Amino acid sequence: MSDRAKAEQRLGWKLAMPAFIVMVAVTGYPILQAIWNSFFSYRLTDPDNREFTGLSNYIVSLTDPVFWTSMKMTVLVTVFTVAVELVFGFIIALVMHRIVIPRRTLRTLVLIPYSIITVVSAFTWFFAFSVDTGFVNRWLEWLPFIEQDYNWFGGFWSSFFVISLSEIWKTTPFMSLLLLAGLAQVDGSMEEAAKVDGASWWQVLVKVILPNMKAAVMVALLFRTLDAFRIFDNIFIMTGGANDTTSLSVLIYRQTIDRTEIGLGSALSVILFLCVLGIAALFVKGFKVDLAQGRN
Amino acid sequence: MTGRRGRRTATLAAVVTGAGLVLAACGGSADTSDDSSTLTWYINPDAGGADPNGGGQAQLARECSEASGGAYEIRVELLPNSATDQRQQLLRRLAANDKGVDLMSMDPVFVAEFAEAGFLDEVPSELTEEFTADAVSAAVESAGWKGQLYASPLWANTQLLWYRKSVAQEAGLDMSRPVTWDQLIDAAAKVDTDIGVQASLYEGYTVWINAMIEGAGGQIVQNPGADAADLTFGLESPEGKEAAAVIESFVDQNVGGPALGSTDETTTLDGFRLETSSFMVNWIYVYSSLKDADPAVFDDLGWARYPRTVEGEESKPPLGGIEMGVNQASENKDASWEAVQCLTSQESQKAYMLGSGNPAARKAVYDDPEVREQFPMADLIRESLDAGAPRPLTQYYGDVSSGIQREYSPPGSVDPDTTPQRTTRLLQDVLNGDALL
Repeated sequence: MSDRAKAEQRLGWKLAMPAFIVMVAVTGYPILQAIWNSFFSYRLTDPDNREFTGLSNYIVSLTDPVFWTSMKMTVLVTVFTVAVELVFGFIIALVMHRIVIPRRTLRTLVLIPYSIITVVSAFTWFFAFSVDTGFVNRWLEWLPFIEQDYNWFGGFWSSFFVISLSEIWKTTPFMSLLLLAGLAQVDGSMEEAAKVDGASWWQVLVKVILPNMKAAVMVALLFRTLDAFRIFDNIFIMTGGANDTTSLSVLIYRQTIDRTEIGLGSALSVILFLCVLGIAALFVKGFKVDLAQGRN
Repeated sequence: MTGRRGRRTATLAAVVTGAGLVLAACGGSADTSDDSSTLTWYINPDAGGADPNGGGQAQLARECSEASGGAYEIRVELLPNSATDQRQQLLRRLAANDKGVDLMSMDPVFVAEFAEAGFLDEVPSELTEEFTADAVSAAVESAGWKGQLYASPLWANTQLLWYRKSVAQEAGLDMSRPVTWDQLIDAAAKVDTDIGVQASLYEGYTVWINAMIEGAGGQIVQNPGADAADLTFGLESPEGKEAAAVIESFVDQNVGGPALGSTDETTTLDGFRLETSSFMVNWIYVYSSLKDADPAVFDDLGWARYPRTVEGEESKPPLGGIEMGVNQASENKDASWEAVQCLTSQESQKAYMLGSGNPAARKAVYDDPEVREQFPMADLIRESLDAGAPRPLTQYYGDVSSGIQREYSPPGSVDPDTTPQRTTRLLQDVLNGDALL
């Protein structure tokens, strides 16, 4: 490495250092604290009985059926919502990409659900589907299995459906925006060349457009998967975790905030953190995209 | 040269940003007033809300501030609606030694947990007599922990059985005599109406289950005050099974409505108002809401003592209400206790009962002519309060309650032969740190 390159590298480190220190202080410190706490049996209302218990919190968590039920719910919600959002998001992105005249208005309109705070949208969907305040039952009465007093939040699948619906409604716009950015990157001349060669619309999509926006698809999927994996608000508002709809985040909330079992809650948080890291690694490896370069 | 200056500026900017973040993080509770005579009272929402003339706790705060002659000024802060959320907010503040909390309104079941953790100031010995002399015994029991008094009862709540007179007559129920849950269920099934109960996955469900077990002569926690590992439970007892059997027959006879698993106090009251149910167990406040809302329903409204779990055994109605405590970390403890003295005095409790519809904890209030006029069932309320049993007195109440709710939900899954046993096992594991909740 030349002297100049070394000096540049040193300058780079110096410039990045303040930001790095702030990042470590606000992100690294809480993570380390959580890892430390996870080795203790520690209840906030019983500080005198704080006791080092090693990996016991992890063993309790990983062997408890409640943990696996919530893991199942979390994975199910993640896979289902992200898959549906990818399809819908892509369709919306294609429409937004082609339409020329009210382009800006359309993009703004599509983004409205995403701009609504998740708790607020969760309440909206909750009230719409409730037995007492809801109007959905009235609308769907013509369906054979729906009656005026059908309780959507009374069973797992119906609760799961409403929770997923609210999640999909809210975050599909985000997905479509990311995919739109990817669509815009695809070179138009390549599409034209494919058409000249006699490719059908489907062939153009699969052979030209999709491969050229692989990075965008990956970023969209990665962001949404990580987001969906931490799902909390909708479940908290709609079922509070009843009927096995507890997600990992809701479970952590319950141990840490409600039961004030800091040790157990921290262990679960660390597990969630590792899951998130694992998902990110899988995506980056699976799509063979070098994110640092920004190209595929 | 310019490069170096630029670098210096960047470093400076980063340091300033960092310092700002740290300062912002430290400034959390900086809004405590410098004026040492200002007391902050965290109140649970009642009919008056934060309105100083609304007839609720905010009005008591104003009146006592005025009566103190400048000795203290009480400022109110509203807690969230549900008991669980109230506990969470108080717990977070108390655990963080938040000096911005002086007085607090607590659900009776929190006292044990807060006192055990050392969050509550002990009631000064000279005030003990004044706070407890005339109060209903269950409210006093809930205000203490391990032989020491930690709070003063402000009001005490109890549930009654509310019913539609015409429907009870049609079903052939003699409401002048005590009824059992079984009789009630049979009657409701006969005339095809519902019974409003609270069976959603929340605190109200534990209240119902506890009242039924106590009503059969049993207790959920058999050795209150014991440490987590030594706590023993009475859910598997014959009394516990009786209670589970009532829930089972609710489901079998389909008298709990279509959404039995998501009923709380409000939906119960709504069902009664909309005439889908003709019986309900609910707190005293429903009397004033029915009075205000619907003359047709109100004229047909009857009330009776809480249903018995088993024939021949007196019912033990649920108890609620509010206890007033003082934060251990408060810098104005003396003034705070002085304020509690005023806020929970007989006059204050009477004013509060008339203004908010919440029953007083002091028995003498029920002899007051104004109270008797506004609450025709005043004697029944007093009798019910005296006969009621508190929910389990344990510092682990939160876990016990959540565990019971989890195993008994949805109501359709309750089986007297297996549910109590499963719940006991879960509670033991959870308290030993061997299971999640």
